[in-house]
Amino acid sequence: MIHDFHYLKPDSLKTALAMYAEHEDCKVICGGQSLLIVMRQGMVAPEYLLDIKHIHELSYISFDNQKGLRIGATTTHREIEQSPLIQEKYPVLAAMENKLASIQTRNWGTIGGNLAHADPAGDPAPVLIALKASIKVGSIKGERVMPLDEFFVDYFETAMEHGELILEVQVPPPAPKTGVAYQKFNLLDSDMGIVAVAASVTLDRDGKCKDTRVVLGNAGPTPLRMKNIESLLIGKKLNEKLFEEAGKISSTESQPVADIHASEEHRRHLLGVLTRRMLKQACDIAQKG
Amino acid sequence: MEKYLLKLTVNGQEYEVYINPKTLLVEVIRDYLGFTGTKRGCETVSCGACTVTVNGKSVKSCSILAMQVDGMEIVTSEGLEKNGKLSPIQKAFLDHGAFQCGFCTSGMLMSATAFLDELNGRIPKKHEIKEAIEGNLCRCTGYNSIVRAIEAVAQGEYKEERQ
Repeated sequence: MIHDFHYLKPDSLKTALAMYAEHEDCKVICGGQSLLIVMRQGMVAPEYLLDIKHIHELSYISFDNQKGLRIGATTTHREIEQSPLIQEKYPVLAAMENKLASIQTRNWGTIGGNLAHADPAGDPAPVLIALKASIKVGSIKGERVMPLDEFFVDYFETAMEHGELILEVQVPPPAPKTGVAYQKFNLLDSDMGIVAVAASVTLDRDGKCKDTRVVLGNAGPTPLRMKNIESLLIGKKLNEKLFEEAGKISSTESQPVADIHASEEHRRHLLGVLTRRMLKQACDIAQKG
Repeated sequence: MEKYLLKLTVNGQEYEVYINPKTLLVEVIRDYLGFTGTKRGCETVSCGACTVTVNGKSVKSCSILAMQVDGMEIVTSEGLEKNGKLSPIQKAFLDHGAFQCGFCTSGMLMSATAFLDELNGRIPKKHEIKEAIEGNLCRCTGYNSIVRAIEAVAQGEYKEERQ
C-alpha cells in the first residue's frame, strides 16, 4: 500500500530545484520503475513526491569529439539503447541497455533515475564507470561534477545532498586502442545480474596495457572499481595468466551477499570467471581498434 | 488527501478524473474507466499483464503513477478493435491459438502491437519477436504460438484484415 503524499509536478528544472529545496521530506520520482516498488512495500513513504519525468530540458543525447557524450538525466533507457550515435561510438552502452529489464521498463525508466536509486545490481553504473563517466548534479546553490565511481556511497545511497538532482551523465570520447566489455550472469535475460562485470582495456603502441578498469556489479554495497587489478595490469603485456590473477582479485576482494539466487561462494566464483572473460574480450576489441 | 485532476485519452476517448496522486495508471484504467482487459498481475514490473501503450510505447501500467501520463494517449486491448473488426494481431492470436488461460493475452497483445508498429513494415528475425515479449510472462508457457502469431502479422499475412 502506497502511503499518501503531496504531488509536485514542476514544469521546468528551475522550478523543480526550488521545490526540492523548499520541502524537507521530499523524494524525487522520474520513471519510478524502482521507486514505486519500494513505495508500495512501505519502505519509502515521503510527504512530498517531486515528479521530474516530464522535464524535457533534461532529456537529450549529444556527442562532441572533444567533450564526448552527454546524456540528460530524464533520457529513457530505450532512447539510449536505440540511439544510432551511442550504438556507433559506445556499443557496450547500447548492448547493456538492451539487456536492462524489459522493453516496457526501458520505455519509461530513465538513466538518471537508475543511477539515483543506486541499487548495486543496477546495470548502467559498472559500464559507465568502466567508460570513465562523470555525473553532473545540481541544486539551487549550483552545479557540481564528480567521477561516477565517487557517486555511490552505500546500498541505495549516493553522494547527493538534499536538494540535488542528477542533471547529466558525461562520458569522455572513446579512446583509441580501447575495448570495453560487460556481462551479467543471470538466469533470465532481462533480470538484474546475480553478479556483473564491466572491463575496459586501453593498449599502448607496443601492445602493453596503458589503462584498464574492472568494475563489479552486485558484488558489494556499491559498484566496485577494482583498483588492485588496475595496478596489476597497467604497464604489462596482457595474457591469460594475468587475466586469471585479475579474476582471483575480483573473487577475493569483492563483498557479495548471499541470497535466494546464489550463495556468496558461487558469486565469488562467477566474479572471477567473468572478470577473466571480460578482460580478455576488452583486450581483443582493443587490439582491433 | 487532496485530489488532483488528470486528463488523459484512453482508446481514443478523452477523460477527466479526480484522483489521489498515488493512484497507479492500472487503477485508473480498470477502476475509474472500466477497461478491465488490462490485468493486474505481479505489480512489481515483472509479469507484463498490465501492459498498455502510452503515446505508442509499451509500458507496465502497474508501475506508473497515473498523474505521470497527464495529457497522453493510452491504448488498452479494448482499443485494438476498430469498427467491430479485430486488429490483425488479435485475429492472428485467435488463428494460432496463442493463449490458454488468457490472463497474459491483453498484455501480450499490447507488447506485440507496439513492436509491430515500431517495425514499420520491416520483417523481423525470430529472436527479435522473442525479445519483444520478454517483458510478458505466460504461466501456461504458450510462448511458441504467441511468437508464431506475431510472426504471421509481421510477415504480412493479415494485411487484408482491416479493410
